[in-house]
Amino acid sequence: MPTQLNPDDRIALLQGTLDLLILKTLLLAPCHGQGIARSIQRQSEEVFLVDHGSLYLALQRLEDNKWINGKWGVSENKRKARFYSLTARGREQLNAKQSEWERLTRAMGLILGANPEEV
Amino acid sequence: MFHRKRGANDFAEEIKAHLELEANALKDEGLSEEEARRKARVEFGNVTATQERFYLKGRAVWFDNLARDAQFASRQFAKHPGFACAAIAVLALGIGVSVAIFGFVDAALLQPLPYKNPNQLMSVNNNTVDSPRWPLSYPDFIDWRNLNKSFQSLDIYGSRGYLLQTPQGPEPVQAERVSASFFQTLGVQPLLGRSFFPAEDTLGGPNLVILSYGTWLRRFSAGQGILGKTVDLNNDPYTVIGVLPRTFSFAPAGNAEFWVPINKLSVHESFRNFYNFWGLGRLREGVTRQLARTEMSGIARRLERQYPTSIREKSASVVPLSKVIVGDARPILLMLMGGAALLLLTACVNVASLVLARSESRKGELAVRAALGGTPKRLMQQFVTEGLILASFANAGGIVTAAVIMRLLSRMVPKDMQFNMPFLQGVGLNLHTCGFATLVALLAALLLTVLPQTRLSLQNAREGMMDGNRSTTDRVWQRFGSDLVIAELAIAVVLLAGAGLLGQSLYRLLHVSLGFEPSHIATLDVTVPDTIYQSNRQMEGLYEEVIRPVMAVPSVESAGATSFLPVQCNCALDRIRVVGEPDRGQNVDVNERHVSAGYLPTLKAKLISGRYFTAMDTGSSPGVVVINQSLARRFFEGHDPLRERIANEELGRPSVWQIVGVIEDVHEGPLDASTGPAEYFPLSQTHDRSFTLTVRTRQDAASILPTLVSTLHHIDAQLATSDEGTLTAKIDQTQAALLHRFSAWLVGGFAFVALVLAVVGVYGIVAYSVSQRTREIGIRMAVGAQRTSVYKLVTQQAGRLTLVGLVIGLVCSPGMSLLMRSLLFGVRAWDPATLGCVAALLGLSSIAASFLPARRAASIDPISALREN
Repeated sequence: MPTQLNPDDRIALLQGTLDLLILKTLLLAPCHGQGIARSIQRQSEEVFLVDHGSLYLALQRLEDNKWINGKWGVSENKRKARFYSLTARGREQLNAKQSEWERLTRAMGLILGANPEEV
Repeated sequence: MFHRKRGANDFAEEIKAHLELEANALKDEGLSEEEARRKARVEFGNVTATQERFYLKGRAVWFDNLARDAQFASRQFAKHPGFACAAIAVLALGIGVSVAIFGFVDAALLQPLPYKNPNQLMSVNNNTVDSPRWPLSYPDFIDWRNLNKSFQSLDIYGSRGYLLQTPQGPEPVQAERVSASFFQTLGVQPLLGRSFFPAEDTLGGPNLVILSYGTWLRRFSAGQGILGKTVDLNNDPYTVIGVLPRTFSFAPAGNAEFWVPINKLSVHESFRNFYNFWGLGRLREGVTRQLARTEMSGIARRLERQYPTSIREKSASVVPLSKVIVGDARPILLMLMGGAALLLLTACVNVASLVLARSESRKGELAVRAALGGTPKRLMQQFVTEGLILASFANAGGIVTAAVIMRLLSRMVPKDMQFNMPFLQGVGLNLHTCGFATLVALLAALLLTVLPQTRLSLQNAREGMMDGNRSTTDRVWQRFGSDLVIAELAIAVVLLAGAGLLGQSLYRLLHVSLGFEPSHIATLDVTVPDTIYQSNRQMEGLYEEVIRPVMAVPSVESAGATSFLPVQCNCALDRIRVVGEPDRGQNVDVNERHVSAGYLPTLKAKLISGRYFTAMDTGSSPGVVVINQSLARRFFEGHDPLRERIANEELGRPSVWQIVGVIEDVHEGPLDASTGPAEYFPLSQTHDRSFTLTVRTRQDAASILPTLVSTLHHIDAQLATSDEGTLTAKIDQTQAALLHRFSAWLVGGFAFVALVLAVVGVYGIVAYSVSQRTREIGIRMAVGAQRTSVYKLVTQQAGRLTLVGLVIGLVCSPGMSLLMRSLLFGVRAWDPATLGCVAALLGLSSIAASFLPARRAASIDPISALREN
């Protein structure tokens, strides 16, 4: 059982990052909403707090944009679940958003990591 | 993208699946079944909120609310069908009437004339001291056209009758003579063929004719080979060169069937003082009407100095063609529009008071909705929706009503007058009228929405006041309702007063003293072709030949002939002077009539002194004239006219006439015009080739008409007869009579509807107030008030309202009368008798309206009234 962080130490997701995380998660394999939430939490070492309501609305939004595709199926433990998979357009979006994110974090890192004397 | 994605249920299903998956996972992590379920739910957060967000996402909330409101509203209306039907019917009526009237106003006043750049088209004529718009003579026209710089083109037109040779014999037809560039000036292209070439109106030019569309259709079965064929007009062949488009109309030309170039002049038409043509010009770019008027007036004055005529202070009149064409209809239309607006206002007021009464009974519902979290905005939306639904039904009903009314009104205009009102073709449902209807409906919807709102805000104000202080709002509403009813009453007064005045005008018009007896007179127009009875002597013989067999018809009392029937127009005007006196420059228009010896006795005109004409007055005897009293008074005040002679230019020739008789004024002009001076010359000395036969009969005049026609054709088959009818019918059909009858009926109709609406309004407000005062009246009766005093109490309220409404209406009605002053005849705008009658009528009706609620009040059972509430 993974160690659970105190809920107070978790970070609420930044606006707009949830979409990127969902797309990235789905790049590996199709997954249902609960799986995506768990996967994001696990991969972020329990730092991110995924609001489930927002997650499902985000999934719906991505589906409306045709970046992902939703289909009812059966989960590994034989339960009914709606599985999402990445579309070709979703893959393009992921690439675009990922490079955008990398540039953003690099720029942030440059500023935040600079020595006070150099500023 | 419109493929609707998932439903809310599917989404809920997914969340349910999530919770189960999560619970499952948590159970795997070691939690108990119950604990796992609880935790999964807690982790997820607010499920309902998520589902709601999903539901709201991507759908127009306002539309959703609208649909709900509409559903609710229709349930409301279904529950109170009386309210809905009454509101819709009253509004539809108001919208229908105002839209119908607007249809006419739009067609006549707002829509441009069907010509190219109609704003540049001007009616260009002489302007004299006596008549602001006096026609041009042919030489005037030629000079005006050559000298002016203001107009791109200047043309003239004039009506003329021709005899068309048909297989059934000659038939009189109406033709319009125009100068060559007439159609180019209007910007009208013929449907077939061409219009006239510039040189074709030089004198002695070819005989050409352009057909009206109707003529082409009726007389030539719309044959394509018509171009190049000839028609026989006055025994001359005219070559058809064109056919006008179906939509073409030119009101001043009436129903002219043929259009010929002015390239032949009669003897007198070549004189500078024979004013026979109307001018039409198209302004150059950048030239204003004022500039053109100044230039043309200068030209007119220069010509006057060069060729002096008897007209003093001649200048030019330049007025927009649209004014000339719409002319008489303008005041009537504006008056109607005013009436329609008042009616619409009344309808709105009534519906508003209905809505107010309804909103009163919905106080409870609104309170509940507000308590359950309905924001003011949301509550208002409900009223907007209800108002819009009512208004859109009323709009549909109104458009249908308008279409019916427009058709009925168009039919009321007689055929003869329709030619002079080309705009009637444009009346009907079109973009303008439907747009106007929708606009009116939207305004009505706004009213229906805003009024309940004021009630709502009043209620909010009430909450700030002492709790349960009910009477304050009730009093405010009552005062507002009373104001509405007072407005209705005032409107009804204004319309009733207008109708009363118009009714009186009509009565006086039809009973105007005519100076002759119009009943039992049959009339018939006769035209003599040039080919027969060519000499003057032969014509003199013909007059005799016509009268003799007509007199032999059994029921005929007497017969005569005239150039113009009485009560038709102040036309064929002459200017005269007294022989032996210097020209006093009296520019008096004298009605000139050419009559046979039997004509004046047939009319039963009263001879004051001297004699009528006799068989002795012939072409070879000295000229004689009979004058009317007005002329005698004007020229011969104080001395005997029978010793005097008058002089004029008869057909361009100076002529002298001995006065042999004076008659009492015969009403020659329109009914609503006063009778001026008139002179009667003997037909046997003027030798008119067309005249109107007048026959006094002992029996019904109409029954003799066929006999008259056959008698004339028996004399000579070439004699053309037309327009047979009785004199009374012809007087009834004159524009003045029709105009007054039309407006009296219309405003009367308006007034009736307004009266009904006002009475209903009074009833509504009094009944409402009685229902509110049940308790008070119960207490009064319990402590000993008599039924009569309760009656008094209730009727007093109605009385107060009526009084205020009456006073306001009476103060406003002169304004309305002012608007229609040109339609009033023989009554003053402020007529005490009419206003008194209106006041009495309205007072009685409103007392009657308050009687029902008063009786209900008087029959209140004090005990049950006190137990209520």
